[in-house]
Amino acid sequence: MSIDETTAARVAKLARIKVEPEALPGLATEFNTILGFIEQLNEVNVDGVEPMTSVTPMRLKRRQDVVTDGNQQAKVLSNAPDAREGFFAVPKVVE
Amino acid sequence: MSALNTLTLAAARDALRKGETTSVELTEACLKAIEGADALNAFVHKTPEIALERARAADARIAQGDAPAMCGLPIGIKDLFCTKGVPSQAASNILKGFLPEYESTVSQNLLDAGAVMLGKLNMDEFAMGSSNETSAYGNAVNPWRRGNDDTALTPGGSSGGSASAVAADLCLAATGTDTGGSIRQPAAFVGITGIKPTYGRCSRWGIVAFASSLDQAGPMTKDVRDAAIMLEAMCSSDPKDSTSTDLPVPNFEAMLTGDIRGKTIGIPKEYRMDGMPDEIEALWTRGAEMLKDAGAKIVDISLPHTKYALPAYYVIAPAEASSNLARYDGVRYGHRAKLAQGDGITEMYEKTRAEGFGKEVQRRVMVGTYVLSAGFYDAYYNRARKVRTLIKKDFEDVFAQGVDAILTPATPSAAFGLGEMQDADPVQMYLNDVFTVTVNLAGLPGIAVPAGLDRQGLPLGLQLIGRPWEEGDLLNTALALESAAGFVAKPAKWW
Repeated sequence: MSIDETTAARVAKLARIKVEPEALPGLATEFNTILGFIEQLNEVNVDGVEPMTSVTPMRLKRRQDVVTDGNQQAKVLSNAPDAREGFFAVPKVVE
Repeated sequence: MSALNTLTLAAARDALRKGETTSVELTEACLKAIEGADALNAFVHKTPEIALERARAADARIAQGDAPAMCGLPIGIKDLFCTKGVPSQAASNILKGFLPEYESTVSQNLLDAGAVMLGKLNMDEFAMGSSNETSAYGNAVNPWRRGNDDTALTPGGSSGGSASAVAADLCLAATGTDTGGSIRQPAAFVGITGIKPTYGRCSRWGIVAFASSLDQAGPMTKDVRDAAIMLEAMCSSDPKDSTSTDLPVPNFEAMLTGDIRGKTIGIPKEYRMDGMPDEIEALWTRGAEMLKDAGAKIVDISLPHTKYALPAYYVIAPAEASSNLARYDGVRYGHRAKLAQGDGITEMYEKTRAEGFGKEVQRRVMVGTYVLSAGFYDAYYNRARKVRTLIKKDFEDVFAQGVDAILTPATPSAAFGLGEMQDADPVQMYLNDVFTVTVNLAGLPGIAVPAGLDRQGLPLGLQLIGRPWEEGDLLNTALALESAAGFVAKPAKWW
């Protein structure tokens, strides 16, 4: 499995990270090095093996479906790069 | 009494209880040491006012006879822990200026136990790195040097600032976190003790997430007794972390007898790597002899899937990171890129993340995105999770055969020079975690103990791996190793 520049560009897009076109060949090379290393996993016989979902055998805890927290608007917004009128502000999303 | 900042937690605690010193004096000694150690770049946010305020409060508590384990003891906190009102940016530019409105459970537990926070410690960005060279704050520097050679060495990573600060006596102890070896590798590189407890022992709440199924907090300390004291103060059952255990927190220090007669220690043959320096091989053999002399039985064991631990890790950890780091989008906190005319929300995300994340973080997020993408999920991610099941089973099998703990080297080399790995491909750097990463994949407790110096005068560590939830027993075996190794060397002060 080899990653070309088109695939590298697609992955960058999926990850929402802007990568300049001139950086794509280097990125593709790095991906190939890492994926080449990961390819070793194909040597392992995993027939009938369950993929691990939890390293410690446990049942996720449950609680009553009730509100336990809230009314902290100022705290929630305190670190926002742009907050207006009690909301997070972002560029126009819907035309 | 020796200089106050050089004391262990246990010695300082005992001195405080006897009234031989005060928390304010201890704290001032550490603050002075920190002021003189900017060359190490270990403390990246100093909080002297908070420290002195907490020290005075601790002295008042002690005067009233209310002195819990960590009361009045000055420590450093890795930048990955959210600390209320104090910068917590995971050594990333994307969290520049972030001031948490809350305190992580682990740092709150330490605060409740009376510990005094001196400041925040340097680390690799988002804990992704093994040399502290990916930090937005610049490199942390190892207080150790190769003899008279003044080449700056790495303190390891990701908890490099914690390691450097404890080894240089800037604080009595520090918190670390460990996803693939980030407590144990730096501890070994600077000649201190570091334990990663069983997954679920420490709450992850309020710790900036890297790979949630692997991340665990733990203490980095001057000796094994201190590790026991501080680990107990850090642990709790926490309703805010659904993976935190309900098991009671044992009194780890009370379990330190140093008696390991009748214990069985496994030596895994797969950890004998090609190209491993003979000094590390010799230290490992010597470590086994020390445990044998202390009355343990040494047995050869096999952990057949060891070789596949690093490749599985480099699928699972980036996959989880790509998901966890999706939250850094320039909307709710941290950095937002300046937008050009006509830029929409997608451009905002893409520019913000390109500007805010460093190269290694970008690389891992993208690798994670790739292995989770349609068409590759089964081939990479699911396969890696199956291999993880097999790696855990390897350990379960040897524990079922009666093995109490496993002895391995902590790292494949001593500390290397900052910048020396610059031209290496990313995989070369990943190999630093070859002995530690299995422990995270299997969710087990692991401890690095300093055990000797190499020819260049640099510390080398050994790792002990324990059964799940048996940190007390593991710490006791570590104490026996520590006593036999008698490692007392300290770096010569140059900073």
